[in-house]
Amino acid sequence: MGRVSHMDESTVVISMQEIVKKFGDFTANDHINLCVHKGEVHAILGENGAGKSTLMNVLCGLYKPTSGQIFLNGKEISFSSPKHAIDMGIGMVHQHFMLIQPFTVTDNIILGVEPVKGMVVDKKTARDKVLELSERYNMKIDPDAKIEDISVGMQQRVEILKVLYRGADVLILDEPTASLTPQEIEGLMEIIENLTADGKSILLITHKLKEITASSDNCTIIRQGKYIDTVKVSEVNENDLAAMMVGRDVNFKVDKKEQKAGETVLEVKNIHAKDYRGVEILNGLNLSVRRGEIVGLAGVDGNGQTELVEILTGLRKAESGEVTVLGKNLFNATPKQTFENGISSIPADRQKHGLVLEFSNEDNMILQHFEEEPYSHKGILNRKAIREHATELMEKFDVRPRGTEGAPSGNLSGGNQQKVIIAREVTNDKELLIAVNPTRGLDVGAIEFVHKYLVEQRNKNRAVLLVSFELDEIMSLSDRIEVIFDGQITGSVPGKDADEKELGYLMAGGKKA
Amino acid sequence: MNGMISNLGLLINATLVATPPLLLAALGSCFSERSGVINLGIEGMMTIGAFTGAAMGLVAGNGWIAFLCGGLAGAAMAVIHAIVCIQFHADQTIAGTAINFIGPGLALFLAKAIYGSSDTPPLDISDKLPKMFEGWFPSGSFLGNVLNVYSVAYLVFVFAFIAWFVFYKTKFGTHLRAVGEHPEACESLGINVYLVRYICVILSGFMAGLGGAFVTVATINQFRPSVIVGQGFIAIAAVIFGKFSPEGAAKACLLFGFCSGVKSIISMSNVVSPNLISMIPYIVTIIALILFVGKAHTPAANGKPFVKSK
Amino acid sequence: MRKRKSILETSVLYTLIAIVLGFVIGAIFLVVAGISPAAAYGKLIDGVFGKPKFMVWTLVYASPLIFTGMSVAFSLRTGVFNIGAEGQFVVGSLAACAIGILVDLPAVIHVPLCLAAAAAAGFIWSYLVGLLKVKRGIHEVLSYIMFNWIAFYLSNYAVNTAVLHKEGNGEATKDVLDSARLLFPQGILKALNCTGANWGFILAVAAAVLMWVIIEKTTLGYRLKAVGYNKEAATFGGINADQSILTALGISGALAGIGGAVQILGMAGRISQFAGQEGYGFEGITVALIGGSSPLGCIFSGIFYGAMKYGGAKLTMVGAPEEVIDIIMGCVIIFIAISSVFKGLLMKVVKKK
Repeated sequence: MGRVSHMDESTVVISMQEIVKKFGDFTANDHINLCVHKGEVHAILGENGAGKSTLMNVLCGLYKPTSGQIFLNGKEISFSSPKHAIDMGIGMVHQHFMLIQPFTVTDNIILGVEPVKGMVVDKKTARDKVLELSERYNMKIDPDAKIEDISVGMQQRVEILKVLYRGADVLILDEPTASLTPQEIEGLMEIIENLTADGKSILLITHKLKEITASSDNCTIIRQGKYIDTVKVSEVNENDLAAMMVGRDVNFKVDKKEQKAGETVLEVKNIHAKDYRGVEILNGLNLSVRRGEIVGLAGVDGNGQTELVEILTGLRKAESGEVTVLGKNLFNATPKQTFENGISSIPADRQKHGLVLEFSNEDNMILQHFEEEPYSHKGILNRKAIREHATELMEKFDVRPRGTEGAPSGNLSGGNQQKVIIAREVTNDKELLIAVNPTRGLDVGAIEFVHKYLVEQRNKNRAVLLVSFELDEIMSLSDRIEVIFDGQITGSVPGKDADEKELGYLMAGGKKA
Repeated sequence: MNGMISNLGLLINATLVATPPLLLAALGSCFSERSGVINLGIEGMMTIGAFTGAAMGLVAGNGWIAFLCGGLAGAAMAVIHAIVCIQFHADQTIAGTAINFIGPGLALFLAKAIYGSSDTPPLDISDKLPKMFEGWFPSGSFLGNVLNVYSVAYLVFVFAFIAWFVFYKTKFGTHLRAVGEHPEACESLGINVYLVRYICVILSGFMAGLGGAFVTVATINQFRPSVIVGQGFIAIAAVIFGKFSPEGAAKACLLFGFCSGVKSIISMSNVVSPNLISMIPYIVTIIALILFVGKAHTPAANGKPFVKSK
Repeated sequence: MRKRKSILETSVLYTLIAIVLGFVIGAIFLVVAGISPAAAYGKLIDGVFGKPKFMVWTLVYASPLIFTGMSVAFSLRTGVFNIGAEGQFVVGSLAACAIGILVDLPAVIHVPLCLAAAAAAGFIWSYLVGLLKVKRGIHEVLSYIMFNWIAFYLSNYAVNTAVLHKEGNGEATKDVLDSARLLFPQGILKALNCTGANWGFILAVAAAVLMWVIIEKTTLGYRLKAVGYNKEAATFGGINADQSILTALGISGALAGIGGAVQILGMAGRISQFAGQEGYGFEGITVALIGGSSPLGCIFSGIFYGAMKYGGAKLTMVGAPEEVIDIIMGCVIIFIAISSVFKGLLMKVVKKK
C-alpha cells in the first residue's frame, strides 16, 4: 500500500498536526494528521461519526481544536473564526447548504463581503463579479433567482461560488454528492477539475469509495476519531479503502433467499399531487408492491418520493388518483386509517416523525396503540402493560442501554432510536412496510441490523417498499427497483444484477430504451 | 359642508396623533423580529419610556431631551431582554412577558418613590415637544385641524423611510435579515450574529421608548398608569400584519391609528360606546389575518436562540 | 457527590434561586428609593403570616391565580403558550357575573351554573384562537393578545350596559346574588375572622388534582403531550393533532375562565370597569413557570403569588410602592428563564471540588 512520501514540501498548502478536539468527555478527533498539497484533490474518508466533519470544522475555523497545530503555507496559524479561515483562503461548502432561502443567488454569494457605494450595497458590481466567476469555472447559475426556486445542483454551485468569491484557495466539500444525480455528480467532478487546474486544492469529505477512486489524488482515512493512514489513491482499490474505513473486511452483499412475489398488496394509480408551493410534484405516478418482495424506489431527493410516502401514510393529500391496499381504498386516508388498513412505516426523519423525543421509550413504543387494550382501558393508561411491552421489545430488538424504558428517547443514540422505531413498526406486522432512508446516519453494525429486519419482513411474505437515496442500499436489498424522476416512475429494473449506469441514466430523467 | 370638512380634518389629526407611538414601536420591532428575536416586551418598554419622558420633561424642561431620554430608557429595558434572549438563550416569549411586568412595575414604582403618586406632575406646554405648524392656519379650519400635531408625528414618517432604506439598501439591513433567516450561515461568513441581534433588540427598545415618550411629552402632558394600555401590543400586531417589513408595519399602523382616530371622534358624540370602538384594531387585525395574510412568512429563525459553536 | 449532583439537577432548586435573586433585586430598588428592605420585607412577611386571617386571605388571593397558573401550565405541557389566560379570565368573570346577577336560583344550582358558564366562556374564548391557529395557521400568541384586549373592552362595555350596571355605583356592575356567592357559611367566616373566605381554594386544589390525573394517567393526556412535544410524530402515529390542539386550548381556557368566576363569586362580588389589564392571566404565566408547569406545582406557586399580592398591598403602610412586587416577580421569571445558566455555573463549581 502506497504511503504518501513527502512529495514536495514546497507545494504543501495545509498541514494539520496531532489535532485533538474534545466535546466534554467525548473525543471527536484524537491526534489526527493531514497534509494537503497545492492543486490536489484530497479525500477524507470515514464512516458517519468518524470525525471527518469535526476535523474540517476545525480547519475552517468553526471549532477551536483542544490541542494540535495547523500550518498554512508553512506558517503556524490559529483560526479565530470561519471568517478568519476564509480570509486566509480556506472555505467550506457544508453538506447542509448554508443559504438564505428568500435571498437571491447574488445576495447569498456576496453576503458578509458586500461591495458598497457610499451607504448602499452595490448590487451591480457584485452581480458582474459573480457572473465573471461562474463563467471562469463554467458553473451555470442564475444570479437573480431566489434560492428557494433553484435546484439542489445549482444551490451547490452557489455555495462553491460563495467560497471562491471570497478568494479561497482551499475548498472543503462536505459530502458534496449526497443529493445529486449521477449526472450532476459528473458535472461537479468537472468543476473540481477546473478548480484544481487553476491551482486550487480540494478537500473532499465522503464515505463513498467510488467518488474517491474517480476523483482524488490522495486519501486520508479516519476511524472512530483516530488517524488511520494517508494513501495514494492510484495505488489502492476500493476494498482496501473500505477495510481501512471500517477496520475489518466488509460484506456489501445482503443474504437473501430467492422467493416469488405473491398477490399485489399496494396499488398506486395515476397519482397527482402538488408540493407546498403549489407546484406539481407527482404527475401520474403508478406503482405496485406485492407480497414477499422488496421494491426499491430509487431516485434523487426532490423527485416526489417524500411526497409519495406522505400520501401513502396519510400525512399529505393528493389531488387525484387511486391508492389501494389489498383492494381497500386508502386514497387520501388519515394516518390512522392507513395504519389500521395495513400500512406501517419507518419514516425518513426519525426525530421529526418517528419519535417523540421527550417521551419515554415505553411511551414511544405504543404511539399507535395507546388507545388499545391492554395499554389503556376506558381512557386510563395501564402503565404496567406499557412497561412490559417495552421491556420485551427492547430485549428482542437489542435497544441499548437496557432498563431505559422510562427514560426519554432523546437520550438514546441515533442507532438505538432507529431500533425503537423499527421495533415498533416491525412488531405492528402490517401487510406493507414502508421504509424511508432507514439507515441514514447509522453505523455499519446498525445498518446490518436494519437490513436484516427488512429482509425478514419480506421473507415473512409481507410487502416492503424501500425508499432510499443510497443507490447501493437499494441495489443490495431490492427484488425490483422502480426509478422515480420528476413525479413519475421512469423505469423498472429487476433488483438482481441491476446496472448502476442504467439506474443513474433513469434517475437523471433518461427513458428506458 | 364646511363642518364636515373640518371634522375630516379632525379625523386626520386624530390619526396623526395616534399613529406615532404605534409606528415608532412597530418600526423598532421590525428590526428585532427580522433579526430573529421576538420582542413581546414592547408594551413594558413603552411604559418605561413614557414615564422617563414625562420625568425628564420636568427635569430638563425640553421636550426633545425628554423624548430622547424616553428612548434611552426603553433601550435600557431592551438590554435586559437582549442579554437574556441572545446571550443566555432564554425563551423569548417568556422574557418579553417578564419585561411587561418589570417595565410598568418600575415606572409606577419610580413615580411613587419620586413624586409620591402614580401620576407625574403635568408638564408646561413649553416643556413638551413643539408643534411645527402652530399658528400657520386659523384654528378650526381644515388645514388648521390637520396640521395641529406635534413635530414628531411628521418625523415618524421620515423614520419609516429610513428604516425601509436601512432594511433593503444597506449592508447592515442585509445582514439583519440574513441573521433572522439562517444565523449559522451568517456566522460562518463572519457576520457577528450576536452583535447584529443586540443592535436590533436594543434599537427596538429605543424606538418603543420613544413611542411611549411621545404619549407623555406630546399627546398628553404627564405620566399616568393608563397612558400605555395596549399600544405595545397593537404595535406587535401591526408588525405581523405588515409581514415584518417597515413599509408593511407603517401601513398597518396608519390603519390602526385611523381606528383610534375614529374612536376619539365618535366618543365625543356618545353615539356608540367607545369601548366597542376600542375593539376595532384588534378585530380588524384578526379579520385581516384570516382574509389576507394567512401563513405569513415569518423569519425562519425567529424565536430560536442561536448558540455559537465552540 | 452523586446525591449532591442530583439535587443540582432538580428544577426546584433553580426556582428557589430565582425567587431569592428576585427579592435581592427588589431590595436594591427599595434601597435606591430610600426604603429599608428589611422594613418592607418584614411588613410583607407580617402581612401574610401575622394573623391566621391573613393566611386565609392569602389563600383567597391565591385561588384565582392557581387557576390561571394551571391554565398556562396545561397549555405549556401541550405545546402551546396560552398568553391569553388574561382574556379568558375576563370573559369567565363576565359570564359568572352576568348569570350571578340575572338568574335567580337556589345556591346548589346557581353556583355550579355560574362556574359552568365561566368555564364555557373561557373554553370558547381560547378555542376560537385554536381554530385560527389550526384552520388559518395564525400564531396563537398573536391572536391571544388580540383576544385579551377584545375581552378587556367587552367587559368594560358590559359593565356599562343597563342590565348589569348599578346606578350610582360609579363604574361597576350590580352585586351578584347571594345564592351565587362561593363564600363559606357565615359561621365559618366568623370563626376565621375573614369575610372573603370561600370555596375557591378547595376548588383549585381539586382542579389541580384532576389536571394532574389527566396529564399523567389518561390517554387524553398522552395524546395532548404527544402533540405538544412533537406534532409531526403524533400525526404520524395516527393522532389528530389539530383536534388535540383545540382540546388542549379549550381546557386551558376553561381553567382560566373558572379562575375568573372564583374571583367574582368568591371575592369581588361584582365587576368594576378596568383602567388597565387586571393581570390575573399574566400573573398566571409566572405561577405556571414557578410551578414548573405542573398542576400540583401551581398550587404552591399560586399561594406564593397570592401571598405576594396580598402582603404586597400592605407595603404602602411602610411607604414602599407595592409595584416592587411586579419588579420582583418579573425578575423571578427572567431568572427562571435563564436557570440553565445557574445550573451550568453550579455544576462547574461542584466539578472543581
